[in-house]
Amino acid sequence: MINTWIAATLVAAVAGVVGFFVVMRGAAFAAHALPLSAFPGAAAASLLGVNPLLGLLVFAALGVAGISWLARRARRDLATALSLVLLLSLGALFLSRTTEYFQATYALLFGEILGVSRAELWPVFALSSASIALVVVLFRPLLLNSVSPEIAETMGVPARLMDVLFLGVVALATAMAVPVVGTLLVFSLMVGPASAARALTDRPLSAMMLSAGLAVVMVWAAIALSFISDWPVGFFVGALSAIAYFAGRVWSSALPLRRAAAVGAP
Amino acid sequence: MTMLLSLIVEPGFFASGPVRTAAVVGGVAAVVSGAVGVFTVIRGQSFAGHSLADVSSAGGAAAFLLGINPLLGFLGMGVIAAACMELFHVDRASERDLVTGVVTGAGLGLAALLLYLDVTMSSTTGAAVTVMFGSMFAIPASIVPLALAVGIGALVAIAVLYRPLLLCSLDPDLAAVRGVPVRLVGLLHLVVAALAVALSAMTVGAILSTALLIGPAAIALHLAKRPGMAILLASAIGVAATWGGILVAYDSYEWTGGHGWPVSFCIVAIIFTSYVAVAQTELGGVRQAPRAARPPVSSRD
Repeated sequence: MINTWIAATLVAAVAGVVGFFVVMRGAAFAAHALPLSAFPGAAAASLLGVNPLLGLLVFAALGVAGISWLARRARRDLATALSLVLLLSLGALFLSRTTEYFQATYALLFGEILGVSRAELWPVFALSSASIALVVVLFRPLLLNSVSPEIAETMGVPARLMDVLFLGVVALATAMAVPVVGTLLVFSLMVGPASAARALTDRPLSAMMLSAGLAVVMVWAAIALSFISDWPVGFFVGALSAIAYFAGRVWSSALPLRRAAAVGAP
Repeated sequence: MTMLLSLIVEPGFFASGPVRTAAVVGGVAAVVSGAVGVFTVIRGQSFAGHSLADVSSAGGAAAFLLGINPLLGFLGMGVIAAACMELFHVDRASERDLVTGVVTGAGLGLAALLLYLDVTMSSTTGAAVTVMFGSMFAIPASIVPLALAVGIGALVAIAVLYRPLLLCSLDPDLAAVRGVPVRLVGLLHLVVAALAVALSAMTVGAILSTALLIGPAAIALHLAKRPGMAILLASAIGVAATWGGILVAYDSYEWTGGHGWPVSFCIVAIIFTSYVAVAQTELGGVRQAPRAARPPVSSRD
């Protein structure tokens, strides 16, 4: 059980950190599409008898390549959608080959968070360290590029490269998180906490760390609730993420009232 | 000529019941998806279109649980999702994607719960896969009347909405000034998209219905300048890809020793290669892509 908590904490922390940039760049679709694109990789890997993690990494990379390549020919959301459906259709092809249908698919899609073994912890630890290290190194140029690509370009930060690197970080976080929380939930961990954090503070570094903290709390709550009710963790993550987002929005819209109250106080 | 035909089409194709059902339901899905998809692409709502598919699968799972017609489950959930997305509407595009994402996450969480209850309460195995990837050759013929009704209803809705939707999609400010209820039109667009997604979900499955929604539309927008032409073209391309995909999938049982390639893969492969072909020739040629399909200046969202 302790392995579950450790893995979930690592996954959530990375998701929160990466999620900060996802929200800032408005890249919600890419954050959703990349885990889904990686899913066929796990299916292919288990077909070939290879470590599923490798398959996830390869297909996540393919997803990044697909989005970047298509984004030169079409609008961003279209490129993401087309890249996604292509890789998913490959997933359908691979799935049609295997005989162990339901449990494996369900696990890939929604995660097997309660079944994490000691052996699986090491790759999670390695990948999360790599992801966080990358974000630390790229923090300033990526922040600049996220706020204003044109100005960043004039300051020597190449926009296209930053974009690919950003997607790459998301892909890395994806590959690490999918075996634990499943393709459909990585995304919720990236988006909900980061949105709430953004509503609470303006400062980038604080927002990023708050986002990681909130994600960890969220995942702990989800695991606990799942343990008590026997319902899937994914349900609670999705619900809590939505609550976090809307709480953030309510808090933000109350800002004028709070300011007025602060000014009006004698 | 018959020799050539028999080379391409494996025996029994035209006579097969499942194939015929697949062709009809798939064809209707393709026509509706192509038509509404043109607006979805122009409005930059590909994520919303994809999200409707994901959330609708929760409806499919619910249908299994309640023992009702899966199409109705999809439809119901899709309409709810469309309403949620429009209810929490924001004006900035990146914000809009965030709302879409959050609704998706919540909807998928719900799907997770329902699928779990499916397994524990009944003994439906393979539910997750069927719901998400579709089982084109396993569509019950009894669904055809309902599918046709939904399809015709959706097309009528598009015809009625055509002018206001076009105006709202191309120039929302002008539409507002002219007294067009922009948000209502936006909601109706999403509802019709949900109808299209529900139809395609029966055929290619929820996850891949996005391909039918935006693929042919994207291709059509590269080829045609006028929206009306684009809609007709998108529907035609969608139907061609669907029927072509059905054919290839049927034939593939021969090459793969009885296993066969899934229809969803065949259809998406056709759509994707067609898109790349069209977009590629665009780059080399002089002809400019229409404004809706061209990438913006900066490289991020």
